[in-house]
Amino acid sequence: MLNFLTYLVNGISLGSIYAIIALGYTMVYGIAKMLNFAHGDVIMIGSYLIYTFMVTGGVNPLLSVLLAMVCCTVLGIVTEKVAYKPLRGASSSLAVLITAIGVSYLLQNLALLIFTANPKSFSPVITWEGISLFDGELRIQGVTIVTIITSLIVLVCLQLFINRTRQGQAMIAVSEDKGAAALMGINVNNTISLTFAIGSGLAAVAGALLCSAYPNLTPYTGAMPGIKAFVAAVLGGIGSIPGAMIGGLTLGVIESLSKRYISTQLADAIVFSILIIVLLVRPTGLLGKKIQEKV
Amino acid sequence: MLKVENLEVNYGMIKAIKGISFSVEKGEVVALIGANGAGKTTVLHTITGLLSADAGRIEFDGKDITKTPAHKIVSMGMAHVPEGRRVFANLSVIQNLRMGAFTRKDKAEIEKNLEMVFARFPRLKERVNQLSGTLSGGEQQMLAMGRALMSNPQIILMDEPSMGLSPILVNEIFDIIGKVKADGTTVLLVEQNAKKALSISDRAYVLETGRIVLTGQASELLNNEEIKKAYLGE
Ligand SMILES: Nc1ncnc2c1ncn2[C@@H]1O[C@H](COP(=O)(O)OP(=O)(O)OP(=O)(O)O)[C@@H](O)[C@H]1O
Ligand SMILES: [Mg+2]
Repeated sequence: MLNFLTYLVNGISLGSIYAIIALGYTMVYGIAKMLNFAHGDVIMIGSYLIYTFMVTGGVNPLLSVLLAMVCCTVLGIVTEKVAYKPLRGASSSLAVLITAIGVSYLLQNLALLIFTANPKSFSPVITWEGISLFDGELRIQGVTIVTIITSLIVLVCLQLFINRTRQGQAMIAVSEDKGAAALMGINVNNTISLTFAIGSGLAAVAGALLCSAYPNLTPYTGAMPGIKAFVAAVLGGIGSIPGAMIGGLTLGVIESLSKRYISTQLADAIVFSILIIVLLVRPTGLLGKKIQEKV
Repeated sequence: MLKVENLEVNYGMIKAIKGISFSVEKGEVVALIGANGAGKTTVLHTITGLLSADAGRIEFDGKDITKTPAHKIVSMGMAHVPEGRRVFANLSVIQNLRMGAFTRKDKAEIEKNLEMVFARFPRLKERVNQLSGTLSGGEQQMLAMGRALMSNPQIILMDEPSMGLSPILVNEIFDIIGKVKADGTTVLLVEQNAKKALSISDRAYVLETGRIVLTGQASELLNNEEIKKAYLGE
């Protein structure tokens, strides 16, 4: 039983990381209507930045994460402006998808060039030991707790931002109808930039959490969590923020429990099978909504 | 107040607007009528910056707005009720209305404006918290008009406000346009319902495949034989 609890909590923690990454996917999809396949690699870049600041530069961990967030935010805005914006309004949405894959390879190879393929091991950003319950029978690591709390804070802040601020309202309007949003006086380009900025900043946070839990950083570190988070976003209903959260948590818990009770090798296969089954039953994902358009 | 000169708009190789000129004076209701595909929507989209002009000039309130981006238009005092309403379906009625006042900072004035919109459209007040996507077509049209009024515009461009509505609702919508005019707001009205449009307009322009073929006082056009045949079905 305690064993189950340990894996459940680990699953929730892993799922929280997926959720933070999935938020980036889902927000960008909701607003720019594109799948940003380079999103996972922004996590990797963020992690290398934290590594550089912390290990090479000797900056304090929290400050390193903040600096990495700022850098990733800029990276997100610049990629959008340079690579994706010129393709907005292109006749085929395939063009921007392929560009995103290109950006993904570019970032990976850039990291390969600068940091080489040798794994960098990360001294954990989070040094807290964690807590022990039931006379030490159940131990929950500090990283796990911090991860879960961080993702909760992120979700709450994001919801408040979107529902309570002008910029948040602008994001909702742009996600529904760019033209109508512009007629309301909303600067659509700036709103899209802001979305990329937030998504990329969150990717840096995800990088910090990921490398604290799995301290082994290579140029491909972001790829798998990126794909899993994409699955989480689709599972929850792409475009929906609570959906990304629920999708991420579901995925993390399933992955963790499958590893424990079924098979470590099969865990990923199980995760993807669940995606397929959910999409067969609910093509819009768990929280995705269908709106009937009135003619 | 609004002046369009030699406007040309192309969609790639297709020439949709082939050099048209027209003007709207302060306080007027001017109708732009024409059949499907004549280019009416294209003209309105180009005025508010959703499309860019390939040639010609658009002037509003003495300022050249030919190249002004769409999001800067509303704060200049021009609102656009787009074809097909385009309300934000996942937002409630009140959220849509507030979206109309997005660029405004004068909180107290916005609340007054809101009361005015509710007075004009009591049905919207009954449904403040309903999601706009679940409103009926007529209610969505009212919401789109109310949303435009929330920017407190000097001029409103309306694209086929009567489209797809029952005769009673059409009358209601045209009544409202009359009241908007009575409040001193200038209106550029695009309509296929030529009879109704002409009956509430001061002047009108007739657009045919990207060219203005006829213009005059609305009352004269109502009695024009060609118009009667082509647009009034008489
Ligand atoms: N996005 C587009 N790409 C190519 N051609 C277009 C596009 N939009 C409109 N057109 C063409 O431009 C012409 C004018 O279209 P527009 O929508 O302005 O007509 P309209 O007068 O508003 O018609 P309706 O009364 O049916 O709304 C039409 O021939 C149309 O096919
Ligand atoms: Mg039209």
